[in-house]
Amino acid sequence: MTDAAWYAARGAGVVSLALLTIVMVLGIGSRSGRPVFGLPRFGASLVHRNASLIAVVLIAIHVLSLLADPYAQLRLVDVIVPFDAAYRTAWVGFGTAALDLIVALVVTSLLRRRIGQRAWRAIHWLAYAAWPVAWLHGIGAGTDRSSGWYLAVAVISVIVVVAAVVWRCSDTFGTVGGRRMERRVNDAIAAAQRPPPTTYPGRTR
Amino acid sequence: MTALSDTTVAIAPPTHQRLLIGDDASIAAHTWRYGPLPQVPGDLIQRMVKDAGLTGRGGAGFPTYRKVEAVAAGRDPVVVANGAEGEPASSKDRVLLRYGPHLVLDGLVLAARAVGAAETHVYVPVEAAADVHAALADRRDPITITVHVATDAFIAGEESAVVSAVNGGLPAPRDKIVRVVDQGVGGRPTLVQNVETLAHLALIVRYGPDWFRTQGTTAEPGTFLATVSGVVADPGVCEMPYGVRIGDLIDATGGATEPVQALLVGGYHGGWIPPDPDIAFSRAGLERYGATPGAGIVFVLAADECGLATTAHLLGYLAGQTAGQCGPCFNGLPRMADTFASLAELGTPPSLAGEVERLARLVTGRGACKHPDGTVRLARSGLGMFGSEIAAHRAGWCTARSGGRR
Amino acid sequence: MKLHIDWTLCDGRGLCVELLPELLEEDDWAYPVVRSGRGNEVEVADDIAGHARRAVAQCPLAALRLTR
Repeated sequence: MTDAAWYAARGAGVVSLALLTIVMVLGIGSRSGRPVFGLPRFGASLVHRNASLIAVVLIAIHVLSLLADPYAQLRLVDVIVPFDAAYRTAWVGFGTAALDLIVALVVTSLLRRRIGQRAWRAIHWLAYAAWPVAWLHGIGAGTDRSSGWYLAVAVISVIVVVAAVVWRCSDTFGTVGGRRMERRVNDAIAAAQRPPPTTYPGRTR
Repeated sequence: MTALSDTTVAIAPPTHQRLLIGDDASIAAHTWRYGPLPQVPGDLIQRMVKDAGLTGRGGAGFPTYRKVEAVAAGRDPVVVANGAEGEPASSKDRVLLRYGPHLVLDGLVLAARAVGAAETHVYVPVEAAADVHAALADRRDPITITVHVATDAFIAGEESAVVSAVNGGLPAPRDKIVRVVDQGVGGRPTLVQNVETLAHLALIVRYGPDWFRTQGTTAEPGTFLATVSGVVADPGVCEMPYGVRIGDLIDATGGATEPVQALLVGGYHGGWIPPDPDIAFSRAGLERYGATPGAGIVFVLAADECGLATTAHLLGYLAGQTAGQCGPCFNGLPRMADTFASLAELGTPPSLAGEVERLARLVTGRGACKHPDGTVRLARSGLGMFGSEIAAHRAGWCTARSGGRR
Repeated sequence: MKLHIDWTLCDGRGLCVELLPELLEEDDWAYPVVRSGRGNEVEVADDIAGHARRAVAQCPLAALRLTR
């Protein structure tokens, strides 16, 4: 029984990392405003969303399996509070941190219209923190961390995400054949220093 | 019609020079000239504004009573006096705030009474703020008046940009799905009025709608402040009735100092008209030339200035004055301005005029405000008025610069 | 029913153009152009109302709105 929990935890963990890699790449691809990997833009957006939801399900299976596995020594509090677990404290801590970040990302995205665009975007930047933290968790906490197949998955996923981030930071990202200007509020309006307003209270004779 | 005798002051009403009475902007001079602030109730003010046929003097020319009625119907409204005057070719609001601030403030108080507002705001550029503060120091009005300093930008005077700035945000236009009369300052119904409109309102309530209508035309009553610039002897602001002959308007500012090629009326979002002195300066008179009076701005173009180059220069300025929010506008206007500038050079390919028109159609109506539409109007007007010049430029010469007469 | 584009929010990502090609196409800078009607609003026929709703939901900037 504990073996089954162990296998489930490993399997769900690896697949969720692969899915999170897809989520990162498609998230960046969506931001570009162009079709990517043969997917139309709305398609990339939908796969990004659905993959993230499936990843959350797999992470849940991963965590539940570890809670059921006595060798993992995982307590319920360790699922939310990072860096306090008994087993491989730091590496498991990364996993907790990643889970916290991913929950924040997913919940704010599901409630996006409610919380407003600005709040949503501020939180969504955390994705760039969540993925590396999840990856570190995998490379340090898992029992397969020194297996060849796992290392291959880890290396490929890093290369893919780094490539996507490099693309994100490039000059031509988001431009349409280099013809588009970046949306930016005119300096004449944005930077203008205005003295604060002065109020004259209503006075009767 | 409202009876004159029971609501108006006994002091002799002004005739054609109504708003700018002299150098003394003090409240003493103001009260001596126009009498005290009338105690006319709000609903009567609304009726007088409607009967007088007052329209907005900020450029759009919208019937004032309609805005007043819409805001008066709302809860806890706010009034904003807009003196931002982002148009470089216009200085009437600054002049009015310098020499007639109490008329503007009277108008503000009366407009607030008309809509039932206790909170008002004044939005003016930094040069005019001192004049407004000086005037407010001598007044005791029953409403709160907050003076805001407007950014020096072309669209800083756009209605929703004004409201956004008064709300503490950037002076950038907002999407019009929510109208300012419904939700403006603090989310409340807001009446935004140009300072000149408020000044006229202050006089209408004193002397009555019939008096207001003694100047101007039946369809476009009253006077307006014109800003004339270009090749005239005495460029500046003067007050004229609607329907005035353009020739008289130019003579009032000293007359043209050189042969005139064309006139730009309505400001940078306006249109070019031929230098025919008999053209009436009114909506009716300018309609057939595809132009409107706008905020009373007239620019006089000399015969030896290239009309295409002047238009290109203005389009370049307008392209640099977008808020930077709306893609079609901040992408399309620079492209259109660059294309027009190429058109103004000598020896250009024939397809450029078509490209300007294509871009014009592409950006029209695709923005949160009328900046792209107004810029398109100027571009199309330039193509129309100086169309023959395009052919000359293509052939490699410019009528104006070579001193040739048309 | 009308589809309204809020130009202060639109960033030309183009999902709406893919989901509603009957009404929208792209301009030179990948912003949506209404094929007919005003520059920021277009009438939506009942048979494509579902597509319009999906376009509104998918816009990453929430720049689209459906109004009566």
